[in-house]
This record gives sequence, C-alpha cells and structure tokens, in this order.
Amino acid sequence: MKSKLNLDPQVIESARSAAGNIADSMQGFIDRHSTVTVERTVARLLEIDGVDEIEKPLPNVVVDNIIEGGGLERGIAYWLGNAMVKYKKSAQEIAEAVSRSEIDLTKVEKQSDKEIFECILEIAQKTTNRVRENREYRTNTINRLGDGAQPYLYVIVATGNIYEDVVQAQAAARQGADVVAVIRTTAQSLLDYVPYGATTEGFGGTYATQENFRIMRKALDEVGEEVGRYIRLCNYCSGLCMPEIAAMGALERLDVMLNDALYGILFRDINMQRTLVDQYFSRIINGYAGVIINTGEDNYLTTADAVEEAHTVLASQLMNEQFAFKAGLKEEQMGLGHAFEMNPNIENGFLLELAQAQMAREIFPKATLKYMPPTKFMTGDIFKGHLMDAMFNLVSIWTKQGIQLLGMPTEAIHTPHLQDRMLSIENAKYIFNNAKNIGDEIEFKKDGIIQKRAQDVLSKAEELLKEIESIGLFDTIEQGKFADVKRPRDGGKGLDGVFEKHQSYFNPFIELMMGGEK
Amino acid sequence: MSKTQEIDLRHVKPYGDTLNDGKVQMSFTLPIPYGDEAKEAARVLAKKMGFEEPEVVHYMDLGIGYTYFVIYGSCQHDVDYTSIEVPKVEVESMDKYGVEAYIDEHIKRDITIIGACTGTDAHTVGIDAIMNMKGFAGHYGLERYKHVNAINMGSQVPNEELIARAIEEKADALLVSQIVTQKNVHIPNLTQLIELLEAEGLRDKLVVVCGGPRLSHELAKELGYDAGFTTGSFANDVATFIVTEMVKRGL
Repeated sequence: MKSKLNLDPQVIESARSAAGNIADSMQGFIDRHSTVTVERTVARLLEIDGVDEIEKPLPNVVVDNIIEGGGLERGIAYWLGNAMVKYKKSAQEIAEAVSRSEIDLTKVEKQSDKEIFECILEIAQKTTNRVRENREYRTNTINRLGDGAQPYLYVIVATGNIYEDVVQAQAAARQGADVVAVIRTTAQSLLDYVPYGATTEGFGGTYATQENFRIMRKALDEVGEEVGRYIRLCNYCSGLCMPEIAAMGALERLDVMLNDALYGILFRDINMQRTLVDQYFSRIINGYAGVIINTGEDNYLTTADAVEEAHTVLASQLMNEQFAFKAGLKEEQMGLGHAFEMNPNIENGFLLELAQAQMAREIFPKATLKYMPPTKFMTGDIFKGHLMDAMFNLVSIWTKQGIQLLGMPTEAIHTPHLQDRMLSIENAKYIFNNAKNIGDEIEFKKDGIIQKRAQDVLSKAEELLKEIESIGLFDTIEQGKFADVKRPRDGGKGLDGVFEKHQSYFNPFIELMMGGEK
Repeated sequence: MSKTQEIDLRHVKPYGDTLNDGKVQMSFTLPIPYGDEAKEAARVLAKKMGFEEPEVVHYMDLGIGYTYFVIYGSCQHDVDYTSIEVPKVEVESMDKYGVEAYIDEHIKRDITIIGACTGTDAHTVGIDAIMNMKGFAGHYGLERYKHVNAINMGSQVPNEELIARAIEEKADALLVSQIVTQKNVHIPNLTQLIELLEAEGLRDKLVVVCGGPRLSHELAKELGYDAGFTTGSFANDVATFIVTEMVKRGL
C-alpha cells in the first residue's frame, strides 16, 4: 500500500523497534511471575466452576487454600494434580472437598511428578480442544452465514439485567449491528473474583459471568441465523481478573475482548506489576481462542488533550502490538484503539482526525483497528452529537477502520435507549454506503495539513518510545507520561496477588495455547 | 402589519413559529409492532400527555416488535415564569488570578483540595476537567492554581479512603464527582460520605462540594453538601466557591 501520508518507513521502523525493546525488557519480569488470578484461571481451565455456601467462587477457594498452605509459587496445577492423583477425583470434586474443608491441598501426601503432570495434561488437552472447537465453529459459521463488512458496527448494551440485554442485543443485530458488547457493571474491574451465575442487577452494565456469557452467546447465535450474519460478542478482559475473563470467554466462544496491556494501570489504578503479568496470560488465551482484542488508547484522549497527546496513542498502540506479539496474537486479532475526540470547535479538526485515522491504518495495515466515537465533547445537544457521530463515521469509512464503536446521540446523558442505537446504526449505514469507496478515490495534498499532521504525530511517538526505551516502562508510568496519569510501581490495587514463581512452577496452558492456531 | 403579540410571562407556552402555538417535538418507543395501529396508539398516547393535535411525522420498526415515533403536538399547559425560583450557588465567580489574589489577601496560606470519583464510579472526565493542569474549554484546572495544592485521587475511591487522605493532607476542601447516576447509585454514596465525615467530626472543618451532569445545587444541599456543580461549571467556579466559603466560615 502506497502511503497517502508520505510517512517515512524508517521512522515507523524505528518507533516499532523501540516498542519491541520495551516489551522485551518487561518479558523477563513477566516470565518470572504469576498472580492469584492467573492461578484461578488455571483452575477454571481445569474445569473448576461454581461457588461455595457463601457465594465465594471455587477457583478463589482453592487458590486461597494453597496461599494459606504457603505453596502457590509452585502453581495451582501442581497442587490440584497432586490431590487428583491421590484421591482419583476430578478437579471439580477436589475443589468442592476443599470448600468443605475436607482436603487441605498443600497437606496432601506427595505423589510422583510424572503422574501429576500426566493427569493435569490430560484435562488441559481436553480444555484446549474445546477452545479450538469453539474457534472452528466460529470460522465455519462465518463461512456458512456470512460476516458483516468492515468497519463492523459495534454497539453496547448495558441494562444490568442479562435477560433485558438479550432483548436489546437481538434488536441491535436485526437493525444491523455486527458486534454486541455487554458493558460490565461499574466497578467489576476492581473485584478480585468473578461473580457466578446469571445476574439481573448491575449499575451502568451487567456482570461478566460465565453464565451471562452463555446466555448472550446463545441469543446472538439465534439472531445470527435469522439475519444471516455471524454476530460477534464482546466483553471486557480487563481489571483484576483479566485472564479469568479470557478463559471464560474462550470457553463460551466470545469473539472480541477489551484487553489492554496498560489500561488497568492508568485508568483503574491497578498495580503495574500485576497488570503486566495478567495481560500476558490473558492474551495467550485470547490468541488461542481466535479472539480479536481491543486496546484502550481511546481513553487517553478522554483524560488528556486529543490534539496534543495524539502521539501517546500511537506510542501505546505500538507497545500494545509488541506485547500482543509476545503472547502469540496475530496482527488481524489486534483491535488497536484510537478515537475521534478532538474539540469540535477546532478549525480543521476534521482534517487532523482524518490524518490520524489514516496514519493508524498505514502503520498497522492488517490490524482490525477499533475506532472510538466522540464522548468528551458530547453534550445534551443530541442533534449536534448526531452530527459529530456522522463526521466520525465519515473518517472511518474513508480510512477503512476495522471496528466502529458507534457513537450515540445521547452519549452524555444515559446508557443508550433502544431508539438511540437504531439512530446510530442508521447514521453509520447511510455514510458507510454513501461514501463507500471514498478512500480509494481521494489522495492527500503533498505536505498539506493532513500529511504534515500525520508525520508530526509519528515523529513525536518515535521520540516518546525512544525515551521510554531508555528510562524503562515502569519509570515512564511513574512519571505520568501517559494520559497525564501518574502511577507508583508499588501502588494501586492487586500487588499482593503477585508472586515469584518457584523453579518447578507448573502451568500447562502457556505452552498449550501459545501461538494461537497450531 | 400587525404588532406582534405581547408575551405574557405568567402564562408561557412553547414557541414553534408563532407565539403560544405550544409546539413540542418528541420521540419515544412503544413496545408494540410497527403498523397503522402503532401509529394510532402513539397519537392517542400523545393526546393523553396533554398535546393537542398530535401528529406522528415519522415512525419505524425497531426490529423486535417495537416501534419508534417522532411526534409533534401543541402543549395545552402553560407556566408562570414570574413565580420561578431556583436555588443557586450565590457567588459571583472570580477567574484563576482573582482566586489566587483572594487566597493571598484573605487566607494567607496554601490550601489543599482533594478530588475523587467516589464509590463505584469509574468516570473521571468530570473531576479531571476541574482538577487536571489542563482544565477544560480554556479554564485551567486547580492543579495549575498558585496557592492550591490540588490532589486528584482518580476513580473508584472508597469514601473511607478519601477521608483518610483528607486527614493525612489536612485538606480544606473535598470535591466529589459522580457521573454514573443510573438507578440513583450516587445518592447513597454521597450520603455515606457526609455521614462518615460527621462521625469523624470533620464535616464542619471542610468545605465539601459535589459535581456531575445529573447533580444540582439543590440536591447537593439536600444531601448535606455545601454546594453542587453541574455541566457548564469550571475550575474557577468551584475554586471561587471554596475560597469564599472558607473565609465565610473562618476555616
């Protein structure tokens, strides 16, 4: 693809290689550590599910039991395997026995390592096969039914009640949506466990639970058959349970997951060490499950200025890309995020947005870019908001974005009403059809406003990445170089759940799932 | 040409293109299938709402047996504008330099303001607009004010942590932002903060202010806050209130 922006390939290469070095420098730390949620994820992948009599999820019960026994650094797979060999029971039966205080995992008589590994590997193979079958089912269904055209129309539902969400999601699919995201209830990202079962109460969203995933998956499969298009389901693989949500999504065939390497640190004040370890395992799972991850760079611009801080978005996209490669994700699975968030009063602001969207397209040619709508400057003026969303849609079709998170005219007022979603879908469909090939027809003036803007953002991103490369990622975040947010290395939530692995640490899924489709 | 009609402020009606025509535009969805019956049902409902000659100008199928309508009608009711009273934060706002000079002259020390999105609220856009260096729409945030030690604790801060920080930093004022107001989740959270402050004996020693798109000064006062700010307020409005309130209460 010829660059319409006259971007210098050497600058792109230099920025990308700096990002690669940053990811490399963190990988040693990541490989040496695990976290409580990583271990709970292993428990879930070994088919432990359910809650005890006080509604505590069994994956938490078993991990806490091993922490009490002081053995977590060997990995939960080892202790579960040991008990399974000893008692000839399933992981679920062992977990239930632990919850009744009948078994104390670290006190069980030691079995031979060979038997433990074989026992665990057998179940691990079964689980990864199930995930692979889900991936194949998705591919086959898309081949049979068809797929929406990119940019995919992405809408959210957020009623708090999964059954109400189903009604709205099916309506959205009939109206033309390709991706339905079930917004999580506010604050779920800070829970150090995943709630259980179908839920009907939530604030500003619905709990991510495995049962809720299952209910929505079924509803979207049904409506997909009806409308003749595979409808993708999206949830949020972020917060203190990143890899657990990834595992649940892999088991229930979710298609898209919000999954950023840095977002939790900056915007949820989750400890940076915790986040880096968690994101790695969660992305290995997402990679294997064929999930498209969405990164959260758009959030930078809701906090910091969209014109001045555009280069931090690009820098973060490049780092997210490199961290994702480390976890075995393919370029096509990378929904790198950016946003249309400039102040609408800026003269030629549209040109700057266009330049940046085209820049993202050219620097990440295969990525399923996720483009986020205006939010920061949306007001109660729904008519102006609808126009801003139209401008955003025009940029998207022009620059061939991958996933279009539809803006709602009522963005600043409430979670979308049924008709808001319809109006937004109509808006996007009209523009995507009416200006379908505009990007193939129009080139940009040499050294004009658009070319200059993209070149400028790229060169600043390169500069920032080189700076991060020299001072290190942790220090960069401590100094507030992203989104004007400062986070201390040992601050934030979840640090006490990070631990160093023993040399005989055992987690079969890293190897089994690494590298996506094998 | 006839003179235009005089506006009667005791009987004000919506204006479309003629005084007192009462014209209102509205849109809504009914959970009934698209068709002539749906259109008629919407018209009847608009009549019940008090609209004369309602007209369904557009209606469409939402895909699940529900129908969306755009309707115009003439409102029968009127309102007495002369009797309207709205409680407001009654302070003429100073700009940044005015606030800085005021602190210099009347308080004579640096003041500490702590802001947070409390409870489960994860949306920092409001508190950021007021506190972050850059501010919003050309109004610098409190971090840039001379004599103001502005601490933004960010999102999802438990009330207990906010209070602990206030004690630690010897804060003069607390700013609480609440964006998420679905199902009134903000009300018990805002109330709890005041109760905790009272229990700690701190309420009188602090200026406590809340803000958010669905908050009003009236609601804030009702919940025990000194003031409430909503859309259209900037850092200097909040700062003006805080410094003048501090002087008024001798803090």
